[in-house]
This record gives sequence, structure tokens and C-alpha cells, in this order.
Amino acid sequence: MTQDFQRRLPSYGASAGTNTSWSDRIHVDPILLLLITGVVLFGLVILSSAVDGNEALFDAQVRRIGVAYAALIIAAQLPPAMYLRWAPFLYLVGLGLLILVLFVGIEVKGSQRWIDIPGLFRFQPSELMKIAVPMAVAWYLQQRVLPPSIKHTFFSLLIIALPAFAIGVEPDLGTSILVAGAGVSVLLLAGLSWRWILGALTLVAAAAPLLWQFVLRDYQRQRILTLFDPQSDPLGAGWNIIQSTTAIGSGGIFGKGLYQGSQSYLDFLPEARTDFIVAVVGEELGFVGIAFLLTLYLLIIARGLYLASQAGSTFGRLVAGALVLTFFIYLFVNIAMVSGILPVVGVPLPLVSYGGTSAITLMAGFGIIMSMRTHKAW
Amino acid sequence: MSLELSIKDPGREQDMFADRAIALFVVVVLMFGVLVARLVTLQIVEHETYQSRADDNRTKIQTLAPSRGMIYDRNGRILADNKTSFSLAIVPERTDDLDALLHSIVEILTLTPQHLGRIRNALDKPRRPDSAVVVLEALSEKQVAMLAVNRHRLRGVEVTSQLIRSYPMGELAAHAVGSVRRLTKEDLRTVEPVQYSGSQFIGKRGVEAFYEKSLHGKVGYQKVETDAYGRVRRVLEVQGAQTGQNLTLHLDSRLQVASVAALGERRGAIVALDPRTGGVLAMVSQPSYDPNLFVTGMSISTFDDLASSIYLPLFNRAVNGQYAPGSTFKPVVGLAGISSGVTQWSETIEDKGWFQLPGQERVYRDWSWTKDDSGGQGQVDLNRAIYRSSNVYFYDLASRMEIGSLLEFASQFGLGRNVAVDIPEASTGLLPTPEWKRKAKNQPWYPGDSVNLGIGQGDLLATPMQMATVAAAIANRGKVVRPKMLLSSDVSIDEVGTIDELPSVLGLDGEDWELMIDAMENVVHRGGQGFRGNGTAWAYIGQQVGYRMAGKSGTAQVVEITQGEEYDEEQLSEFRRKHAWFIAFAPVDDPTIALAVLVENGGGGSSVAAPVARAIIDAHLTEELASIH
Repeated sequence: MTQDFQRRLPSYGASAGTNTSWSDRIHVDPILLLLITGVVLFGLVILSSAVDGNEALFDAQVRRIGVAYAALIIAAQLPPAMYLRWAPFLYLVGLGLLILVLFVGIEVKGSQRWIDIPGLFRFQPSELMKIAVPMAVAWYLQQRVLPPSIKHTFFSLLIIALPAFAIGVEPDLGTSILVAGAGVSVLLLAGLSWRWILGALTLVAAAAPLLWQFVLRDYQRQRILTLFDPQSDPLGAGWNIIQSTTAIGSGGIFGKGLYQGSQSYLDFLPEARTDFIVAVVGEELGFVGIAFLLTLYLLIIARGLYLASQAGSTFGRLVAGALVLTFFIYLFVNIAMVSGILPVVGVPLPLVSYGGTSAITLMAGFGIIMSMRTHKAW
Repeated sequence: MSLELSIKDPGREQDMFADRAIALFVVVVLMFGVLVARLVTLQIVEHETYQSRADDNRTKIQTLAPSRGMIYDRNGRILADNKTSFSLAIVPERTDDLDALLHSIVEILTLTPQHLGRIRNALDKPRRPDSAVVVLEALSEKQVAMLAVNRHRLRGVEVTSQLIRSYPMGELAAHAVGSVRRLTKEDLRTVEPVQYSGSQFIGKRGVEAFYEKSLHGKVGYQKVETDAYGRVRRVLEVQGAQTGQNLTLHLDSRLQVASVAALGERRGAIVALDPRTGGVLAMVSQPSYDPNLFVTGMSISTFDDLASSIYLPLFNRAVNGQYAPGSTFKPVVGLAGISSGVTQWSETIEDKGWFQLPGQERVYRDWSWTKDDSGGQGQVDLNRAIYRSSNVYFYDLASRMEIGSLLEFASQFGLGRNVAVDIPEASTGLLPTPEWKRKAKNQPWYPGDSVNLGIGQGDLLATPMQMATVAAAIANRGKVVRPKMLLSSDVSIDEVGTIDELPSVLGLDGEDWELMIDAMENVVHRGGQGFRGNGTAWAYIGQQVGYRMAGKSGTAQVVEITQGEEYDEEQLSEFRRKHAWFIAFAPVDDPTIALAVLVENGGGGSSVAAPVARAIIDAHLTEELASIH
């Protein structure tokens, strides 16, 4: 009870007890940071191969990684109470922008995802929602008794569904899945009954034919069909899967050696720098290389979940845990699609793929996780 | 406060979170297991499949077409060589927007809408996926440069270079050298397809066809690494192509040019042989065609003009034109009479200007009948019968000879068969035997047939090359040589196996040959004796000759022409005119050239064909003298 009371009266700056370590004082978890840095460095090594001599691209990525680290540090400094307070506004602003983007957004590669503020910058509101949605659900649930009741589960799902739907119609299925996954993760961590979870899974399976018929677009259906039979359209939709599995499979146990991958160097592998970069890992560094990367990822998840469980509030735990699980969904969807067990959706490999937006969001997410753990006394 | 708040228990929530985190972590680990299982399948279990798939992706075998052997004339001048030609090819799969690409190409190369139409037609033809379609050939240097400069705009476009055949002499030597044509599916059935996998052309006529195997060379291959767009990044392995053999022909291109010039605009054929070897020094068939057109391509109307012209420019008259030899056959008949003993050099007959077979009414006239009404050439021996070209003498001689032995004798000169070493397409001509006549015409052999044969008419047919062979055999005093195109090659050639030399003409001694050659010298050189005393050709070519030559004129009746309805009256009369022949050799004591000239529908042999022959021999001997000094 006292804790609850305290939570409602957060005291900014009233930090840490006397026993806090140096790392707690700068609100950074050194173990997680070390693991993240391991993945980042691994990613830069692979990227140096995937850019195929284009040093400008590599330098650009290094700069973005720098910005992402800054985002991590800054996010870690902000106290959980502030996140709690801003969670609903962040969500509402994000939702508003998502709706706005459908009307005034800029279309890139056939999908309307970007808001352009002329002369300033361009950004994707959907990226913001990867953090805002789990925060909003956690904000909603932390006031309720957990595990959540049917009613609260329903409202939580509504909070998730609105932005997920808005992103899905952009269309950006990959981000939509990640956003929905982030929100659902909160529910799972909040103790949603296993029975309901199983029931929901059964329901989705039963509704699959309807989804197929009425929700999925032609190109999305095509991608799913291609997954089962890539050779049906070897030069079109099947090309990516054929070439990425060929790249990974041809790498064997130890790989062809860094910079030696014929699939990526000879341009057979599409999107080798971005979404399909794990195929470069598989081809050049082999099973050993991917296993090493997966191990780092698993350690990050383990450490992240541990930190989440050590957070000082339900809100903190739920947000931190959900961000960790989102990170997992990211990497799972990406590797599964590149290795040909999920349809191709646009999800980058976290911290490795070339590109700034997702790296910054992910690192900010890790900053938030650290914040939830290191700001103890609230 | 609501009920729920009252039972909210932070401690329990934290425990529950821990439980959930652990449970979900287990799920995460299981799903990692799924990924690892997939990777194990791809990278360990099925590694070899994907390895070979990656290799297939990356490596391709390309064939390397051998460059075709060169053809030189006896003086080392080029008759057929190879030049680089650039083509524009498109791989439609490699471009995102074919229309935009075509638009760019049209703009860069400033092409016409007709070009664009042709490009589209080429692209519409069925083909292998990912293969390059050649859409424009024979690009200019400037066009190649423009394409190189704009390469960034032209994804899916390739500029390829290949060696194509080039005939520097063009029309002048088309029938002598032959030509290559674009390789067709039908061709691939007759050759080893692998050898031609990189080739676009195949020898189709003449020397190019006969020596195809040696000229073509052997195909090579290279294993290359290509990128996803099919561009070669590096060469992994090379097995070079083996260049085709260079060939040197007996042909003398200067004499060839002189021969074409001597014939001028007239239709006809010339074959000049070196009597010592049988080597073909010149081979002309007019009208001719430009063999380069068959390499670089021509418009349909140009081809139609060539193929359907009534003057048959694609027809090689020199070896395939079969004509009655007319009086040029008389030396053979005369020698046959001597060898069989039916006549002697001293024997004379009375030429009254006409001939009748005993008991028959038909009158066979002498050619001079129309010129001089007085009729007849008077007393004629074989020598005079040759230089005056007395028909009556040869009517009489042939009618007295046994037909079988006459034909057998004639056959020794290569008549009625193709004796050429490396011109398999040459026609055999026709020595009409009684057996042949029964089969072909279902008629018996009449004595009149023998009479006609005596002056080289009737069903007798010979090609200019065969008559040149006859001239060479007389020049050689009976040694018969086989016409032959090839003089030498870098290494020995497969195409020509061992070919027996032809036996010399039997039944005559050296004196007989000299007497016949004297008679033929008289044809050219005997002059200033009045109409009945002069050689038939003296008036036309016999003056101011710096050497001694022997010759025989012929004026062959066009026995039959197809009464094609499409010929108008003027053309009909043109095609009805007599063929002019002249066979000759020189210098008589040591002949280095023997030739036959035929001018189709040209008229008199002495007046029309003989000057052509003289001009050619002049050119040959002048050149020969020039090359000696």
C-alpha cells in the first residue's frame, strides 16, 4: 500500500540509496550494454561485407549507431515516473499521427508510412508506436488488479488494435505485427490466463481462412503461397526466398569466410544490407556465425527479462518485459522469414540490418528497460 | 475506491511477473530451437544441395566461338577475313521497364520508328528466359561509344562484339570463294552442334562450304562467374577455341579482277586453270552478288531481287551452268578420229557447205552458209577443219565413228563427270550415250545424233569448268588435271582425301598433240589469207599478240529454252541468242594458263568470247612476266 501511494507521488531526483553502484547512478546496465555492443559490433563486421565496398554506407551506419547509443543513454536517464505520466499522451499523439499519415503521408515504395516535416526531418509514426503501445497498455493495466479481467483485457486489446490496424493499412505488415506483438506481450506478462491465450490462438487458427479471404491483400497472399513453394515463381516472389536459403545453406557449418559470399557479392541475394543480412551471416560465417549471433540475442533477452523483473513497479516491469519480447519478435520474424519458414514481411534484423530508424527505436527501448531497473526508489 | 484496488498486491504481481517472464523465456528458447533446427537443416543436412545451387547460380559455362580461318589468294591477298562487328542485345528480364529502356535506346542511337518495330519483333520471338536477344547488329563505332557513355541508363542492355566474315572482293570473287550464311536449325543437324554452339555462321557455298570443317576451327569454352544480372565478374577456367585453318587458294585475285573486267556487263562465266596443276586461277560467274550481304543481313526485297532475278545472280555458271559446248568440242572429236584411226591428219574431204547422211533427206548446214552464199569451205583436212571450224568435216567424221568409242574418248577429258578435287557441287554435264537416250527420252540413237555430237550440239552438255579442263588437257599434250581451288594450308586438311591423278588421254602420240595445237594456234594466229584462209578468231584477237596462244571458238545453239510465259517477247529473243564460247591456252610451248570463256546468249564465239579470253591471257602473262622480273 505504501508503495502504491509512493508510486502516485513520484519524487524526481530522489535517487538511489547509498549502496547504488556507479552504473546504477548513470542508469546503465553494463552487462546488457556489453551484450548489445557485441551484437552491434558483429553487425558492423557483417555490414562491412554486405555494403560491398561502399564505405559511405558503412560510415552512415556508424553515425546512426552513435545516435542510437545516445538515444539509449538519454532514454535511460528519464525516470520511469515520467514515462508513466507521458504514456497515454505519447500513445494518443502517435495514434493521431498514424491517422494523419494516411492522409498526408509520403508514399515510399507503394506504402504510406512517412510524415515529412519539410526542412526538418521525416519520420514514421509507426516506429514510435513500437514503444508507445506497450507503454499505453502497461499504463492502463498497472492501475488494475492483475491478472487482468475480461473487460480490461478487452480494452487493452483495443489500445493495441487501433494503431496496429492503422499501420496495417499503410500497408506495413511487419511493423503492424511488431506493434501488436509489443502490446500483446504486455498482456502476457501481466498474467493473462493461459486458457485464454490458448483459446485466442485457436480462434485465430479458425479465423485464418477468413483472414485469408478478406483481410490479406493479394501480394501478401502471394508471399505466403511462395513460402510453401518458392519454385512456383522463381524469378518473382520466390526469388528472395530461393536466394536467401541458398545463401544460408551454402554457408555450411563454418561459412565461406568473411567477404567470400558469392550470393551477396554477385547480387543474387536481394536486400543483403537490410532485411536479408542474416543470409550474409549464414553464407560467410556459417552455422557457427549465426549460432554465435543467436546466443548473443538470447543472452540479451535473458538479461532484459531479468532486468524487467527487477524493475521497481508493475508499469516498469510490464514495459521493460514487453520491450524485450518485442526485440525477440523482431529477430524471430526476421530470421524465420530469411530462412524460409515465415512469409516475407519487412522486418529488419535488430541492431544488425542497415538503417537508422529501427536501431534508434530499439536502443531507446533498451534505455527504457535500463531506466525501469536503475531508477529504484519510486 | 474500487474493489480491485483494494486487492491489488504489488508483491504478488512481482512474483507473477517473474513466473510469466520465466514461462515466456521458455517459449523464447523453444522458438530459438525452431530457428536453430531450420538452420541445421539448411546449413548442415542439406548443405550440399544449397552449395551446388549457389555454384550453379554463380558459374556459367560460356562457349568461345573459334575465329574462322582466313582465305588468301595465291599472292597472299585476302579473299575472306574476319572483322569485328558490334551488336546490341537486350536481356528483358534484367530491366524493370522495357518500354522506357527501348525509348532510351531509340533516343541515344537516334533510331527510326522502323528500327524500333524491328527491335520489338526481335524481342517478341520465343527464347530462353534470361537470354540476351540481339536486336541491332553492325553498330557503328559512334553508336558503340554512345551506348558506353549512357550505360548507367541502360540496365539489361549488352553490347557484344563478334567476328563476322568479310569479303573484301565482294561481288568480284563471290562464286569463286563462296560465302557463309547464318547458321540455321537445319544446319545443326548436319554438323556437330557442340562445335557450333558459339557460332553464328556456316560456310554455305564454294570454298567456304567445302572447307567448312577446317575453316571453322574448334569451339572453346570458359567457366565464368556471373552476378545476378548475368554480367561476367571473372573467368575461372578457360579452354581456348582453336582458330580455323587459314587457306591459300590457287586463285589469282588480279587475274580474277581482270577476268570480271573482260567479261564486263555480259552474262557468262570464265574458268581459268593452271594446266600444270589444275589450280583454278580465276572463276567468274556473272551476274554476281555481294556475299557480304549474307553476313550483315539484307532487306527482304534485296534478297527477293537476288533469288528471283531471271538472270540468276546466285547461280554459279562456272561450275553449274551446263551448255552445249558447240565447236569447242571439235578438237576432242578430231583427236578421237585420229586415235581411233577413222581419220588421218592427211585426209581431206570436200566441204560443200552442207552434209547429208546416206539415204536421208535432212540437210546439215555449215555455219558459214549464211555468211557466204557460195557455200562450203572446199577441201578440208583436220587442221583446216579446226581453224575454219568446218561443221561438214565433223559431221562426216562423227557419222563415221563408232559412238561408244567417241564418248569414251571424250570422257577421258573429264566430260560427263565432275573431276574437280574440291568443288563437289560442280555439275557433271552430259555425254549422251544411246543408253542414256533410251532411258531419258525413250528414243533410240539415230545416226543424226552422232552427226550433231560431231559439232558439240545435240544433247551434249558441258560446264565452263569442264571446257577449261579440256583446254588444259590439250595444253598438257594429253595429261588431264583435276580442277582444284586449294593451293596450300597451314597444316594438312581433312576434307581432301587421297585423290588419284587422272590417266592421260590414250591412243595419241606427241606428234598428234602438236598437230592439234598447231591447228588451234591457227584459229588465233593464221591471218591475212582471206575469209576462207584465216583462223576464225584471227580477225578479232589475232593481231599484235606478244605470245603464241592456241584456242577454239564455239557458237552454241540454244536448243531449247523453257517457254516460260513470264518472259516477254524481247527477253525471249534475248534468251534465244546463241552462246558464245572460247577455249584457249598459252603460251603454247609451255602453257601456264588454260581457260574457257562462255558468254550466255552472246552470239559468235570468235567475235564475242575470244576477245575476253585474249584479255585474260594478256593480263595473266603480263603479270607473270612482271613477277619474273
